[in-house]
Amino acid sequence: MAYSDKVLDHYNNPRNVGSFDKSAENVGTGMVGAPECGDVMKLQIKVDEASGIIEDAKFKTFGCGSAIASSSLATEWLKGKTVDQALEIKNTDIVNELSLPPVKIHCSVLAEDAIKAAISDYRKKQTKKVGVEQSVA
Amino acid sequence: MKTPIYLDNHATTQMDPRVLQAMLPYFTEYFGNAASRNHEFGWVAEQAVDKARKQIADLVGASPREIIFTSGATESDNLAIKGVAEMYAEKGNHIITAATEHKAVLDTCKKLEKLGYRVTYLPVKGDGLVDLDMLREAITDKTILVTIMYANNEIGVIQPVAEIGKICREKGVLFHTDGVQAIGKVPVDVNKDNIDLMSITAHKLYGPKGVGALYVRRKAPRVQLTAQMDGGGHERGMRSGTLNVPGIVGLGEACAICQREMPEETKRLRYLRDKLKSKLEAGLDEIYLNGSWEHRLPHSLNLSFAYVEGESLLMGINDVAVSSGSACTSATLEPSYVLKALGLGDDIAHSSIRFGIGRFNTEEEIDYVADKLIDVVRKLRELSPLYEMAKEGIDLSTVSWVHD
Repeated sequence: MAYSDKVLDHYNNPRNVGSFDKSAENVGTGMVGAPECGDVMKLQIKVDEASGIIEDAKFKTFGCGSAIASSSLATEWLKGKTVDQALEIKNTDIVNELSLPPVKIHCSVLAEDAIKAAISDYRKKQTKKVGVEQSVA
Repeated sequence: MKTPIYLDNHATTQMDPRVLQAMLPYFTEYFGNAASRNHEFGWVAEQAVDKARKQIADLVGASPREIIFTSGATESDNLAIKGVAEMYAEKGNHIITAATEHKAVLDTCKKLEKLGYRVTYLPVKGDGLVDLDMLREAITDKTILVTIMYANNEIGVIQPVAEIGKICREKGVLFHTDGVQAIGKVPVDVNKDNIDLMSITAHKLYGPKGVGALYVRRKAPRVQLTAQMDGGGHERGMRSGTLNVPGIVGLGEACAICQREMPEETKRLRYLRDKLKSKLEAGLDEIYLNGSWEHRLPHSLNLSFAYVEGESLLMGINDVAVSSGSACTSATLEPSYVLKALGLGDDIAHSSIRFGIGRFNTEEEIDYVADKLIDVVRKLRELSPLYEMAKEGIDLSTVSWVHD
């Protein structure tokens, strides 16, 4: 199978590899996929709580080159976006950017799921925090 | 050292230049039809075919008259299984095979099931070998054929063929084996191994593609086959079609070279294979051998690199030609059915790489591949959330994964 230059670039030079402290309140973590399916993506966002802007993003991925590239690209796109803007990233945007072939579309779907899961985790923490603050007040 | 490096010798082998030299005159100068009985052109071709028949027979301890030429092992498997099923249909309708067989055997059996035959697919043990007691119990008075490969194409394990053959002989059941991965690599003897039918192909033993043979025992027992192609009645009526003389000459020469050089070659390939394995084990933790170590082809290695997905691994060693059991490398998106038959989890099957070392590999190449793999696996593990979790002491089997 031939890979596009962009997939190869992300595979050879993955952006934003690593992990944040997943217990931090301003960090949202999304982990999707399963080892037996051959893909697991962990994607994390660190949000500036005052502005709601994603100031940093990191990933780790077990999966094929296209899965690695999809999650690497996702972290690049997330940085600088507000949480609401981040939710607008669609898997088809990733497919187009990386020129993924049809058999690799599931990699982009997984990346979109990982973004949504990370944001949902972040929002859950924020709601809880607001809840705690209100109950204290 | 030239790249890419070819380490996929279970898929096919590079043709030995000596084989090519032997074949060349039979394309242009000696182009006759081996079935032409009334002129020099035919006689020369027939002599060449007879010589090759003997070279092949010698390598596997058969008589030349027991060698039927075909287009390759897929045809040989089809001819053996369907030919026996049809010929012995009045005796019984039951065939026994194993879950880890090549598709040429499995799909042929499935076809026969549709025609009303009954097929038992024996499971294999964790080391990839069939359980002889299970085989014995599976044989009924309706069983006409047992077909179990000599050595496996994915994991390289060698089945207890002589014992399987002995059981079949005792029970009066014919025994076919797909011998393509073993012939020319380890000593194969149709008499010592109690084999009645055996598929052979040229391109796995440094010969040309598109030519193979089927060994068909002539006495004790005399095996009969129903031909699967109608025509001129060549090859004792079992396989019609004008013989591929240059191909057959190539198959013969390839067998003769294997027979002459096997002791030395086996030693050299085993040394390279063992070196590859020990270098990888020294450089990496959590790599697992798939299939028996003891009952294994000398040039074969199948390893799983935990927490790393096979296709991404292949991408990182793109100047090395190997295969992976990963789903992503197959059209079906299912991981290897052979590895799953060993009871491996899908995750370990996804992480597997098959190495097949061959006649033309050098020690320098093996060192290069080992070093490169170690680098790439380390890099991919840095990227792997599973490796991170495992290092944190999380048991991955207890995690509930979120997926559709």
